Amino acid sequence: MLSVSDLRATVDGNQILQGVTLDVPAGQVHAIMGPNGAGKSTLSYVLTGRSGYEVTGGTASLDGEDLLALAPDERAAKGVFLSFQYPLEIPGVPALTFIRTALNAQRRARGEAEMGAPEFLKLARLKAAELKIDFDMLKRSLNVGFSGGEKKRMEILQMAMLSPRFLILDETDSGLDIDALKIVSEGVNALRGPDRAMLVITHYQRLLDYIKPDRVHVLAGGRIVASGGPELALELEREGYDKYARAA
Amino acid sequence: MNLATAIRARKLEDLPGKRDEAWRWTDLRGLIRTAPEPSTALDTAGLPAGPFDPLAEETLVIANGVGGGRISVAAGETRVVALRIVSRGAGAHAGGVTVSVAAGGRLTLLESYDGEGSYLAHAALAIDCGGAIERIVLAADDAEGVSVSQAEVVLQPGARFAQTLLTGGGRRQRLETAVRHPGGHAELRLDGVYLLDGKRHADLTTVVTHTGFDGATDQLTKGVVRDQARGVFQGKIVVKAGADRTDARMGHHALILSDRAEVDAKPELEIYADDVSCAHGNTVGALDQEALFYARQRGIPEADARAMLTEAFVGQVVDRIEHEGARELARAWVAGRLAP
Repeated sequence: MLSVSDLRATVDGNQILQGVTLDVPAGQVHAIMGPNGAGKSTLSYVLTGRSGYEVTGGTASLDGEDLLALAPDERAAKGVFLSFQYPLEIPGVPALTFIRTALNAQRRARGEAEMGAPEFLKLARLKAAELKIDFDMLKRSLNVGFSGGEKKRMEILQMAMLSPRFLILDETDSGLDIDALKIVSEGVNALRGPDRAMLVITHYQRLLDYIKPDRVHVLAGGRIVASGGPELALELEREGYDKYARAA
Repeated sequence: MNLATAIRARKLEDLPGKRDEAWRWTDLRGLIRTAPEPSTALDTAGLPAGPFDPLAEETLVIANGVGGGRISVAAGETRVVALRIVSRGAGAHAGGVTVSVAAGGRLTLLESYDGEGSYLAHAALAIDCGGAIERIVLAADDAEGVSVSQAEVVLQPGARFAQTLLTGGGRRQRLETAVRHPGGHAELRLDGVYLLDGKRHADLTTVVTHTGFDGATDQLTKGVVRDQARGVFQGKIVVKAGADRTDARMGHHALILSDRAEVDAKPELEIYADDVSCAHGNTVGALDQEALFYARQRGIPEADARAMLTEAFVGQVVDRIEHEGARELARAWVAGRLAP
């Protein structure tokens, strides 16, 4: 699925990623943990092609296809989805309109038929109900005036509607109370499957109680400095990042 | 000197220019070096239908300055009138119309400017609003046309005047609205949208004078400029002594989509009364790059994402149009001009 090798990137001339190597096979969930400033969000932006994040070396591919050569929307059409740490507000564009535009743009890019309005609305109602989102909220401008928790749920709704193959969750637990965390986690877990993979970026272990990872990686100083099973997350929670921050 | 008179008398020296404070960004004197010949009469029978014709019960045409007349709406009457102001050729002309709506009367005035050529055109509207008027203006001037529209609105206590200007600009174009606001719970809404490309210019100038207490004014103008286009917004609200409890707000927000495009904005509040609530907001900037990335990350190609975000930006003004048919037409006009 995702294969990243010796990936290096700068932001404003500062070398943030110093050679990240990572393989996430289909069917697996990998967690990236690390101290603030380790480059966790940078990794998610480099993989999704945000401007201002300059790749200075290495490769990143999805099922053998070079991701770094593609525009952000082309990567999305290939199935890469980033759940933003801080989802954007889009004034004047109702959530339903935004999601339908995105869904059909992806379908067009993949040479598939567009989804008609009745089918789309039926799907949106179903997914909104699963995430306990009031359907009327989807008629409002996307994320405008929404609480932090509502915005995160809206990210998961988009994820559920777009049905991506490779999911990156950037600090999805931040700003969520425990009830919202459960709903969001259930939404994410519902998308687990043999044809999908996920990269869960988090500072705290808490999220991983709900979204159980197959592998945990520690990112410090722009490199993966340790990898292990789920027990590594528990160790980090107990002992903190100090020893890894020093090693970096 | 009155601009219409200057045009009719072919007195170039009487055209306003950059030394006139109110015209410094819309210089006519510096632009027009030789006085154009008076425009020839147009055969209105040969004109294609206007954009608002299907929505209106009747259509009034001013062609190269000829036509117009008077629109009167009596108490208890509700009318939807299309006013077409048509310019053709390279001549100069001036025309106008008088509008009066009595208390208890309602008028939807669907006004369109339709130009072909390098004309110099002036339109004057004298509007006496004692009832309710919604004026929607769709200005489609020629890229080579120079036009000025000046509306003088006298609002009566308890009356309501709402306006939305939609323009694609011209070689030089000014849409001016002056409103005498008596307070007395009269309500005023003055909105505008300018979408400019190429070398087009549009100037949306408003002057609202509050003369009595308990008046409300709500203004929202949004613009999008690209290429080498230039947008001008001048909004002035004067609150005279004694016009207490005036509630006035004015917003102007513009997107500049290229390095060589320009927006000049001058929002002004002049307040001589106590106990007023007045606010203005003015922003000029580029499209939000973070929102653009967000949309692209979801799979929306860049050009489509730009069009969607830009359309949403001006959509907030279009949504305020009350006449449903005109609102749909305005929406389609915006989408057409912003399509990738």
